[in-house]
Amino acid sequence: MQVFITVIKRELLAAFRQKSDVLNPLWFILIVITLFPIAVGPEPLLLARIAPGILWVAALLSSLLSLERLFRDDYADGSLEQMIIGGSPLALIALAKIVAHWLITGLPILLLSPLLAILLSLEWQSFQATFYTLVLGTPVLSLIGSVGVALTVGLRKGGVLLSLLILPLYIPVLIFATSAIEAASLSLPYAGHLAIMGAISLLALTLAPFATAAALKVSIN
Amino acid sequence: MWKWLHPYAKPEASYQLAGKFVPWFSVFAVVCFAVGLVWGLAFAPADYQQGDSFRIIYIHVPSAILSMGAYSSMAVAAFIGLVWQIKQADMYVAAVAPVGAVFTFIALFTGAAWGKPMWGAWWVWDARLTSELILLFLYLGVIALYNAFSDKTMAGRAAGILSLVGVINLPIIHYSVEWWNTLHQGATITKFDKPSIDTDMLWPLLLNIAAFTFFLGAVSLVRFRTELLRREQRRPWVQQLINRHSQARG
Amino acid sequence: MQFESVSDFLAMGGYAFYVWLAFGVSAAAMIAIVVDSIVKRNAIFKSVARQSARQQRVKAAKEVTERL
Repeated sequence: MQVFITVIKRELLAAFRQKSDVLNPLWFILIVITLFPIAVGPEPLLLARIAPGILWVAALLSSLLSLERLFRDDYADGSLEQMIIGGSPLALIALAKIVAHWLITGLPILLLSPLLAILLSLEWQSFQATFYTLVLGTPVLSLIGSVGVALTVGLRKGGVLLSLLILPLYIPVLIFATSAIEAASLSLPYAGHLAIMGAISLLALTLAPFATAAALKVSIN
Repeated sequence: MWKWLHPYAKPEASYQLAGKFVPWFSVFAVVCFAVGLVWGLAFAPADYQQGDSFRIIYIHVPSAILSMGAYSSMAVAAFIGLVWQIKQADMYVAAVAPVGAVFTFIALFTGAAWGKPMWGAWWVWDARLTSELILLFLYLGVIALYNAFSDKTMAGRAAGILSLVGVINLPIIHYSVEWWNTLHQGATITKFDKPSIDTDMLWPLLLNIAAFTFFLGAVSLVRFRTELLRREQRRPWVQQLINRHSQARG
Repeated sequence: MQFESVSDFLAMGGYAFYVWLAFGVSAAAMIAIVVDSIVKRNAIFKSVARQSARQQRVKAAKEVTERL
């Protein structure tokens, strides 16, 4: 447990020293969301209709931008090797890094979501649903993404490959999140969607740290 | 069982064993294809609704089934490679992925060519077609990851981990896509009934499924042997084998 | 036999284009993977043979220099 907290603290500290890593993905999501009204026209009805899709696709893409920093610096300066050699279980360290990554990248998206909802003229109901799906869905993005990053961290051109590997795995989250928001906009119940998303989150939470640890061991070799 | 299997964990022995199966699988594949395709194309009755376009089923269904079968066999091999650290299992992962990707491509393409006369469009976001498309992405991911590493031992292990992650996700993707599809059922898609299969249609279909299975076996074993030789090329047994081979040739 | 003549068979009840397109592309894809597998196999055979030939030449050259 001590290790877990130490790693999280260390990650947060590193993120505060390098603010651009945290701010750039947020900036990116804002720009992507600005592009859509410009591209398809500013009618509020149309925007509200396609808002769930835009919002979630933008969230997926911005999570890709920030994922690489999860292990890249530790790989470059050799501290990743130290973590593997050191006594504490690697899966636990991986989980700590994932949690820290979510705090740095997932949480700010949540905080930003009211602004995004206003830009896309979402109703209050839809905004609530958006918020819940982001709460349940963004951890999955960090968890699944960490496996992909761990697999590609040793490669020189890992960036594009990373997105090819993990975007298909994001599809279930995308489907349930967008349909929950859609159901909410039609004033239908969407607790079922959220329950499934919660189940996916829990499954990812139990399996992803171990897969990440195994992948890191391969990448370091 | 482990005692019996153990000798085959030696690279040379598994190379020889795989070599014994290749000619048999190839012969069976050719025979099953010849009989199954002629039967399916020329002798099986036409579907009463879809006419002769339904004959595409004889490659569409086998390739779709085997594309998933190949993925599961790849995942089983990856699991064995990861748990028991058997390096041949990782080589099998690398060997079977391209064949599986080809099968997935065939399933998609024949689905499109069947859909055009039936649905009136080359592509509809039908649940099965969509999950097959995602399966193709997963295959391409495994192949791309394998090719990205220059050290092939690492590459095999990484590809194995990715295919295991993929196989856990596949059912989730499949069901979510199916559910998504029922949600967005457009009015333009008139779903045709599944052809009630008559035995004259079923036999050639089964033969073609067998043919695709043997084809998968033969091609992936050939690729497996190539992979084995590539990784072991500095070992004396490979050198001896190749020397014998080139002497036999002339 | 479901068809009366060869041209009837080729016409596939009006679906000739789709049926033969599907079968043709599938055959091409399967032949491509077979050819690729065989080419790769032969390439590895050749490269190993070349390497062992080179090793033997090096060995022979060493023996000659040692004798001198």
